[in-house]
Amino acid sequence: MKRARLGRLLGSSVLGLAGRLPLAWGASGWDELNMPRGVTSASKSIYALHMMALWVCVGIAVVVFGVMIWSLIFHRKSRGAVPDVTLTHSTKVEVVWTTVPVLILVGMAIPAARLLVKINNNTDPQVNIRVTGFQWGWRYQYLGTTVSVISKISASSNAASQLHSGIRPTSVPHYLLSVDHQVVVPVGEKVRLLITSIDVIHSWWVPDLGVKRDAIPGYINEASFTIAADRPGTYRGQCTELCGRGHAYMPIVVRAVTPAAYQAWLKKHSSPRARRPRTPRQRP
Amino acid sequence: MAELHQTAAHAEHDHKPHGWRRWVFATNHKDIGTMYLIAAATMFLIGGLAAMAIRAQLFKSGMKLFDPTMFNSLTTMHGLIMIFGAIMPAWVGLANWMIPLQIGAPDMALPRLNNLSFWILPFAFTLMLASFFVPGGAVAGGWTMYPPLMQQFGAAFPMLIFAIHLMGISSILGAINVIVTIMNLRAPGMTLLRMPLFVWTWLITAYLLIAVMPVLAGAVTMQLTDHFFGTSFFNAAGGGDPVLFLHVFWFFGHPEVYILILPAFGIISEIIPTFSRKPLFGYEAMVYATASIAFLSFIVWGHHMFTVGMPVAAQLFFMLSTMLIAVPTGVKVFNWVATMWRGSLSFEPPMLFAVAFLFLFSIGGFSGLMLALVPSDYQYHGTYFVVAHFHYVLVPGAVFAIFGGVYYWLPKWSGRMYDMRLAKWHFWLSVIFVNVLFFPQHFLGLAGMPRRIPDYAPQFTDWNMVSSIGGFIFGASQVLFPYIVIKCIRSGKPIEANSPWDGAHGLEWELPCPAPYHSWQTPPTEAMLAHGAEH
Repeated sequence: MKRARLGRLLGSSVLGLAGRLPLAWGASGWDELNMPRGVTSASKSIYALHMMALWVCVGIAVVVFGVMIWSLIFHRKSRGAVPDVTLTHSTKVEVVWTTVPVLILVGMAIPAARLLVKINNNTDPQVNIRVTGFQWGWRYQYLGTTVSVISKISASSNAASQLHSGIRPTSVPHYLLSVDHQVVVPVGEKVRLLITSIDVIHSWWVPDLGVKRDAIPGYINEASFTIAADRPGTYRGQCTELCGRGHAYMPIVVRAVTPAAYQAWLKKHSSPRARRPRTPRQRP
Repeated sequence: MAELHQTAAHAEHDHKPHGWRRWVFATNHKDIGTMYLIAAATMFLIGGLAAMAIRAQLFKSGMKLFDPTMFNSLTTMHGLIMIFGAIMPAWVGLANWMIPLQIGAPDMALPRLNNLSFWILPFAFTLMLASFFVPGGAVAGGWTMYPPLMQQFGAAFPMLIFAIHLMGISSILGAINVIVTIMNLRAPGMTLLRMPLFVWTWLITAYLLIAVMPVLAGAVTMQLTDHFFGTSFFNAAGGGDPVLFLHVFWFFGHPEVYILILPAFGIISEIIPTFSRKPLFGYEAMVYATASIAFLSFIVWGHHMFTVGMPVAAQLFFMLSTMLIAVPTGVKVFNWVATMWRGSLSFEPPMLFAVAFLFLFSIGGFSGLMLALVPSDYQYHGTYFVVAHFHYVLVPGAVFAIFGGVYYWLPKWSGRMYDMRLAKWHFWLSVIFVNVLFFPQHFLGLAGMPRRIPDYAPQFTDWNMVSSIGGFIFGASQVLFPYIVIKCIRSGKPIEANSPWDGAHGLEWELPCPAPYHSWQTPPTEAMLAHGAEH
């Protein structure tokens, strides 16, 4: 907690310096600088691990750069420094600077390994969704139901993204981060994604959920998340594996609702017969 | 005996073919080295123009200078040109010039092979660049060339693969030449553990090249047969496996990273002792650290693919092995710092670039350590955080080391001193704006901007603008570099002494400036070796 507060302090001071820069957009500046904490226990743990690693690196940098800067200032020829040519070897020092890093690394590896095992636990899901990437969009099939959603970039973003569209991106709500049909999930329930692709490799990423997994033809990858019960909302992400011309134009939008609302949504979108998937239309 | 000496003296001044023959039929290591460096500088300029185009397109959200496919071609070609066209040939050029001078050899061991390995390159580059002009444009699947996306490109696809084959052959031939030269042509008394660090790092790099360039050739050839001969190595529909390509590619790709940076470690290890006027701290530890980094580079490739869905045990293995690399890398940095400690430092341009290397390469190392932690990598992977990371290790890392090396040895090559004031301008512009260019990309990646996208959501605009402005000024200031070098060769102040640097040790500084066309026709004396080995 203390660390996070310190981080925010540092962030705000950096922002204060950067305040003269054209920071027209950022409402909350910290979000522009750092990883989001997110809304799942995985994303929060990842954030904590990230901050821990960052501060370890800052600590090492202060020590190493400090010694270097000391040398740069005080061991200059122009200050009349005389080189100590006998200083070429010291077993003691060399043992220390080999073992200390090893200990620091072990200290970082243990929490990282624990978290890795924890967030790769995909057992006992309450909701199963098959996610299929295609050029360029995502298809979501709710397993055990007849509900299927094909999700592509929203018409307004699509229109604004065309060459010579003349539409200002800031005038489009969530430019490049909005879709025609959102994927709906319940909060407080474990959702498992079964991720694949029908053409090239894509990658499904929503930073606030702490989930990024490649969608690979011929493979079914697993990932799961549980959104905190008090955090319903809309969470946005993008494809993160280069997949051709439309790579920047296949956003992901997850709408997290209460379990009751989720059930109602499912019911509304279920059809008595399994709906045939529509063929994805290619971007012109 | 007297006659023999006469012939030797005669040979030293003559036998220098004139006109185009000198270059096309070149077998002299200095001429070939020069050609490599000129080729590298040219490709650096072309790759740099691609980078400027990329930064222009990314100047603000909704910028539409290029079609998305053209943008993808630009990022792809920028990566390939900079790696295979600029940095690798620059290292081979420096190796050609410096290894024979530093080990007391009259030339490279295999001069005609040397000629071949250089002259393959112009054809390879022409083929690669020409692919911009074929129907469908250049390959736009990223320099990593992942299938099945790679299979979607037209005539440019086989052109690129053939170009990679040519560059691979050139690299392997160059590497063989380096190994044979170092193993066989060292002057009497130049034992392995007396060799300068640049020679050591290049020896290890050469083994890496021989080990992994065939792997790359195999990977792209399998793509070629998938495309044209109906095989299904990477085609899931035919029972193949796209992830196999990722494994094979990164088995090449990670050692490749060290191919790009190990010679930089060598150059930094030459420059810092010279301008600290103090021998390198922990010479043997440096050699062993380099060797361990090279060994580890073969068992960490999985860290490029933590999100492809490898088993948890495999992810754990690759995380731990990757973190282990921090130990020998740390040893190297600590040794450089200890070399400066209680030295007598002065800040001529080579030293400025070396000191900047120490700071900025370390920043790249820190982000590398963060990327090694798999859970965090799930968030960083495929974002601008990764772009910032590898540009920190390659630009203020490898490229600054190349600049440092050229500013260090240019007086030896040309016999003239360059304009120090301009070189310092080049340094300060580079070091300031390389940070303006790349540091904000850390923020962009953490805030969620994926790499390789031609357009982005408006909240990423501010830092992209900062980055682009930094990029334009950084790019423009690189024009100083060829200007400084050409001005030096044409009208620099001639150097009388063997070395313009009072703290320099090593056999190359026992030769006159400029180094004679044929050097070390007679091996260096033990006194020279002893003086050189003071480092």
